[in-house]
Amino acid sequence: MDSPFTVPAIVIVTLATVIIGAYGLRLARTTSDFLVASRTVSARWNAAAIGGEYLSAASFLGVAGLVLKFGVDVLWYPVGFAAGYLALLLFVAAPLRRSGAFTLPDFCELRLRSRRLRKLATAFVVFIGWLYLVPQMQGAGLTLTTVTGGSYLMGVLLVGVVVTASVALGGMRSITFVQAFQYWLKLTALAVPVLFLALHWQMEGTTPPDPVFRETTTVHFDHPAKLTQADGTVLAPSAGETLTFQAGEPVPKVESVNYGTDWLLPGERGLFATYSLILATFLGTMGLPHVLVRFYTNPDGSAARRTTLVVLALVGMFYLFPTLYGVLGRVYTPELLLTGRTDAVVLLLPSSALGTGLLGQLLGSLVAAGAFAAFLSSSSGLLTSVAGVLSTDVLGRGSVRDFRISAIAGGIVPIVLALNVSGLDVSQVVGMAFAVAASSFCPLLVLGIWWRGLTDAGAAAGILAGGGAAIGAVLLTVLGPPLPGWLSVLIGQPAAWTVPLAFAVMVLVSLATRHRLPGTVSTIMLRLHAPDPVAASRG
Amino acid sequence: MPAPLAVAALIGAFAVAIYAVMRLRQRKAVATPAQRATYGVLHTAGLAVEPLRHGLTQATAAKSVKHLRTLVGADGLALLTGQDVLAFDGGGAHHRAQLAEAAAKSIATGRSTVLGLDDLPCDQIDCTIRGAIIAPLHSVPAAVAATAAEPPSPGLVQATLETARWVSTQLALHELDSSRERLAQAELRALRAQISPHFIYNALGAIASFVRTDPDRARDLILEFAEFTRYSFRSHGEFTTLAEELRSIDRYLTLEKARFGERLKVRLRIAPEVLPVVLPFLCVQPLVENAVRHGLSRKPGAGTVSIEASDAGAECHITVEDDGVGMDPAVLMSTAPAEDGQHVGLSNVDDRLRAVFGDEFGLVVETALGAGTKVSMRVPKFHPGVVAK
Repeated sequence: MDSPFTVPAIVIVTLATVIIGAYGLRLARTTSDFLVASRTVSARWNAAAIGGEYLSAASFLGVAGLVLKFGVDVLWYPVGFAAGYLALLLFVAAPLRRSGAFTLPDFCELRLRSRRLRKLATAFVVFIGWLYLVPQMQGAGLTLTTVTGGSYLMGVLLVGVVVTASVALGGMRSITFVQAFQYWLKLTALAVPVLFLALHWQMEGTTPPDPVFRETTTVHFDHPAKLTQADGTVLAPSAGETLTFQAGEPVPKVESVNYGTDWLLPGERGLFATYSLILATFLGTMGLPHVLVRFYTNPDGSAARRTTLVVLALVGMFYLFPTLYGVLGRVYTPELLLTGRTDAVVLLLPSSALGTGLLGQLLGSLVAAGAFAAFLSSSSGLLTSVAGVLSTDVLGRGSVRDFRISAIAGGIVPIVLALNVSGLDVSQVVGMAFAVAASSFCPLLVLGIWWRGLTDAGAAAGILAGGGAAIGAVLLTVLGPPLPGWLSVLIGQPAAWTVPLAFAVMVLVSLATRHRLPGTVSTIMLRLHAPDPVAASRG
Repeated sequence: MPAPLAVAALIGAFAVAIYAVMRLRQRKAVATPAQRATYGVLHTAGLAVEPLRHGLTQATAAKSVKHLRTLVGADGLALLTGQDVLAFDGGGAHHRAQLAEAAAKSIATGRSTVLGLDDLPCDQIDCTIRGAIIAPLHSVPAAVAATAAEPPSPGLVQATLETARWVSTQLALHELDSSRERLAQAELRALRAQISPHFIYNALGAIASFVRTDPDRARDLILEFAEFTRYSFRSHGEFTTLAEELRSIDRYLTLEKARFGERLKVRLRIAPEVLPVVLPFLCVQPLVENAVRHGLSRKPGAGTVSIEASDAGAECHITVEDDGVGMDPAVLMSTAPAEDGQHVGLSNVDDRLRAVFGDEFGLVVETALGAGTKVSMRVPKFHPGVVAK
């Protein structure tokens, strides 16, 4: 994809982000604006900011890629990513805001009065943050490779270093207006091209001509495959073989991919995997560190609830578009199914469908800029969260120097990991982060808020059992050998057994250690659940 | 799991077990019987004292009494107040009433007593209790009672008395802790919001000057003044949010502008993310008051006060700056209050911030004569026990 507009578009997005961040607040105000200055952030702005921080490269690129590859079964990804906020709204948002906690470790300390549990929660925050950063780096590498033709390694390194440096130097703090801008940018970058694409598809008729390779493509086969060409001949490359297709050649069909209308029917992935995915995404959102810190900006519990409701609407609207990209990708870019780079579908679709004319180029660069924004906003938010807990809870006093060291340490780990997981789908790695969050922090928050009987020992045991099992599963998936049969489903999608495990262990150990109940539990419960006018009555 | 992994795990577990056994054996060989005895006594004493450091109640007594009995080596041990038995462990529980009665006397006189068989009449045939020792505690009205299966030996008496004395000391320490806490709270209350009489006088004077020329403005100012005093004189809650504090500062500045007119300029840079931050009540306003009074009122021409609040991860940074006459750092450093109560406001805020958040969160003042003053503070976004009310 060669468009002269792409690189300028990406540069403009980055500059706009930095400029709004640096100068948005530099405007001095006089006393007449005092009441404006002391007005807290409204639910709409806050919700857009949460959306901006939340919608990552996985949402922007990954969801479309998965829909292209697996069809209707993976619709649970976008549905779950959005519906996670429903669980957050119902169980967590308002009480957590009323508690006054800024981060998850803060909540542990407040509710269960245990410094040791705080340390454990910190470790999990850092792990989840890293796991979530990996796909962001991956997406960035992919975007840069696709857009500029450089190598994946270079892309990951370049962007990882840029984000780490800017967070370490304090260049990109999570400022509400910047993040809200990022949300609308991402939405525009997906929505405008897809309108043109849909119109184009309508005009061209529902059955486009057989797709051909637009450029000379080299495909490397890791596994034996069977390819059926347009004229009916069958190619059977073995593992390790490399095939080159000339530009203009028709794209062959891969045997393992379902080309018929079956692609639109559910059932390929199995019931267990589907339920696992639903549990992980529904319950994992509430354990994401960079999302929870944003709730602190709400003035009170009911504002937190309103914000979550708006987030649900905004995020739900956003996820319509990646799905459409996936579907249109089947029509216009089936060669990605052959090359395996399905995550690039969003980036390639405009030029593939609309040709390399001015419109295609402009829309292509808009999408690339949006992908870059997605990557920048969520990874800088995540890295800031990770560096924040590292500097206050691990290095000690949270000074500026500690924060910089933490940001660098926090940035290097996911860069190294991202270089080693290039074979995995972006959304699948994100799914693992959700599974770990759902099996550690979800039970902690839900039981901590709604059950008086939770003790520190119970919470620690539950986090270690559930979260530990989920982490083990993740490590086994990323580092271990391929697993046979049902074991691969149990390990690849662990949430359906790790979440109940965490809940059960937490409840049982809490019941067994009832004497450890903190004496302050009634006070804390009152603080969490008393309606705002009572809790915040001011004279 | 593949076989090599399982084998490796087994070998690992085996190695750990061997290591643990070796360590344990080594420790036994190193410790002499005397050392072991010291360790045993101190360990038990430590276990017994931990609950008692939260005061003497039924719950803490119940947790501690078991360890105390081990320490004394008696058949049964009770912790009693003058009225009833807080906790009992071991044999002789049916003598509770007799022990409580004897303890009441012993607490009243402050002398320990030894009870013989005659003092403990019993209708149970299999009762093994032959005597008891009651030792009153000196720091609180309570006593330790030990029962014995034979007439109390001098050794048991000594052990009981020493244990009682030791428990007494620990409870006194608890008293010290809690009174220290109460003192800090009382200090905090005394330190709260000392609104300056100068300000009330000046504000009313400024309002009076508008009553004839601009009655509407005078009315607005009086309403602002009323709201301002309502916030500043409120009696409940130690904490407030930055948004509330800024609202009160706004009223204060409106009143000061009525007095100074165009001479007072205000610049604001507030990050909206930090407005919900909870901080001690009236801890920014005195800084603004200070900036207006010392930065402006003794200087010819206009002056500017800048208020800035920025988001810094888990903290919020607040600075109040003026371009006035500044202060001599030496005067500021001296602990004696200046003749006109100049920086009492600053040290008050400093003390309260330190008392609430800890010593590393004190005020930072940058100033020199003729160079203006900049006061900055850091407020953590979360601190256990800090909540807006």
